[in-house]
Amino acid sequence: MKSFLELKSVSYAYHNSDGETPALKNISFDVNEGEFIAIVGPSGCGKSTLLSLIAGLITPEYGSILINGTNVLNARSRIGYMLQKDHLFEWRNIYKNIILGLEVQKKLSSDYLDTVNEMLINYGLDSFRDKRPSELSGGMRQRAALIRTLALKPSILLLDEPFSALDYQTRLTVSDDIGCIIKKEKKTAILVTHDLSEAISLGDKVVVLSKRPATIKAIVPIHFALANKTPLGCRNALEFKDYFNAIWKELNYNE
Amino acid sequence: MNEVSVHQLEYIKQKLKYRRSITICRVFIFVAFLLLWQISTSIGLIDSFIFSSPIKIIICFCTMIIDGTILHHIFITLVETFISFFLVIIIGIFISVLLWLNEKLSKVLEPYLVILNSLPKSALAPLLIVWLGANMNTIIVAGISVAVFGSIINLYTGFKEVDTDKIKLIYTLGGNKMNVLLKVVLPSSIPIIISTMKVNIGLSLVGVVIGEFLAARSGLGYLIIYGSQIFKLDLVIMSIVILCIIAMGLYKGINLIEKLYLKYL
Repeated sequence: MKSFLELKSVSYAYHNSDGETPALKNISFDVNEGEFIAIVGPSGCGKSTLLSLIAGLITPEYGSILINGTNVLNARSRIGYMLQKDHLFEWRNIYKNIILGLEVQKKLSSDYLDTVNEMLINYGLDSFRDKRPSELSGGMRQRAALIRTLALKPSILLLDEPFSALDYQTRLTVSDDIGCIIKKEKKTAILVTHDLSEAISLGDKVVVLSKRPATIKAIVPIHFALANKTPLGCRNALEFKDYFNAIWKELNYNE
Repeated sequence: MNEVSVHQLEYIKQKLKYRRSITICRVFIFVAFLLLWQISTSIGLIDSFIFSSPIKIIICFCTMIIDGTILHHIFITLVETFISFFLVIIIGIFISVLLWLNEKLSKVLEPYLVILNSLPKSALAPLLIVWLGANMNTIIVAGISVAVFGSIINLYTGFKEVDTDKIKLIYTLGGNKMNVLLKVVLPSSIPIIISTMKVNIGLSLVGVVIGEFLAARSGLGYLIIYGSQIFKLDLVIMSIVILCIIAMGLYKGINLIEKLYLKYL
């Protein structure tokens, strides 16, 4: 099977007048269609930089990133990006926030808007469409942010610690929620997180990065013997602890 | 309706009492000042020819209402203030957007803006008269010159402080710089635009009065200069009082706009 997204020895460094800060070094991995990849690493290791590169917001200094064989810079509209915070604009109601991307890309056709309406109904936000973001709970806001991203019908989703701004309890339910939505929409996704249990419960593969400059330390495939795999179910599975220890070891090995 | 607890009622009562006491103190200061002023001129403690008095000011105002001149002067000053205020807002937003769009341009112009902002604008007024003539244009330009540089600096700083992640969001949604400006920077800067307006309406009035001192045949600034030249200090002080009332009214007006905006949001 041909990979959907390929990173080939990608390197990137930040520059300022004090010198150069290498962020990523020789990163290569493949993502298959429909796969959920979780990337973990120590904080400040360049995880977010990696997502910005895949999203085509910045270009790698070395190496290349291909989606279906074409450079990501030419496929930016196929990528959906979810940031740490929901960043719903208070001066727009929920519906207006959700169609922001469509507005920006001038895609306000009935085709796209129908999908938005469908998602609003399916994910329980329909009755909140005229509300202001501040009237919604953290979990609902995150859902709205996900629909905003999905509205553009991306073929790959990038999630940059999308739950880290939530409190622990909300975080568990929201990550379960969002994980299920992404599975249901059959999206390819890359999640960046510093939370190991989140990575294990959501990912099909966990990519472990080293300290800065980040290199790949290990790629751990995750298999749960569960009939109906949900993130919360995974957390309770027997294998969970073993994966956790294995990845924990990888993270702290040689430091 | 929910039962309100005794403590809540007590709290509300305290709160109301406090607010009322503030209003009472304000009114007291005002009335006491007027009384003290009136009495000390009446008993000859201070010279009413130089210091005028509340009653003389009211008489002066009434005579000028009857002959219709004062309304004309107030009207002229207000029109000039509004024109320069609106021009300041338009020029201010336009130039700060331009600076935001072009980082290099803003770096290049920064020292010039700072100098122009700190320059005492009254120093420019005589030049403006020579360049533009002793007419309304000079006065409006004087009003603009006092407020515009500060607004550009404030608005530009406000634009730069917009959350970078919100800007990143627009790029992740496939937007460009123009989208960032229209969807994020301008809408999120509305509170800053309103607070700049609050400062500007006062500054425009200051500039207009400076202009009228030098280049007018009507307006409250002109009345002040004219009154001082013919030593009719009732006229001067009355004009100052009217300026106080106008300043307060304009500020309240902008406050009202802000409230409407917050309510609408």
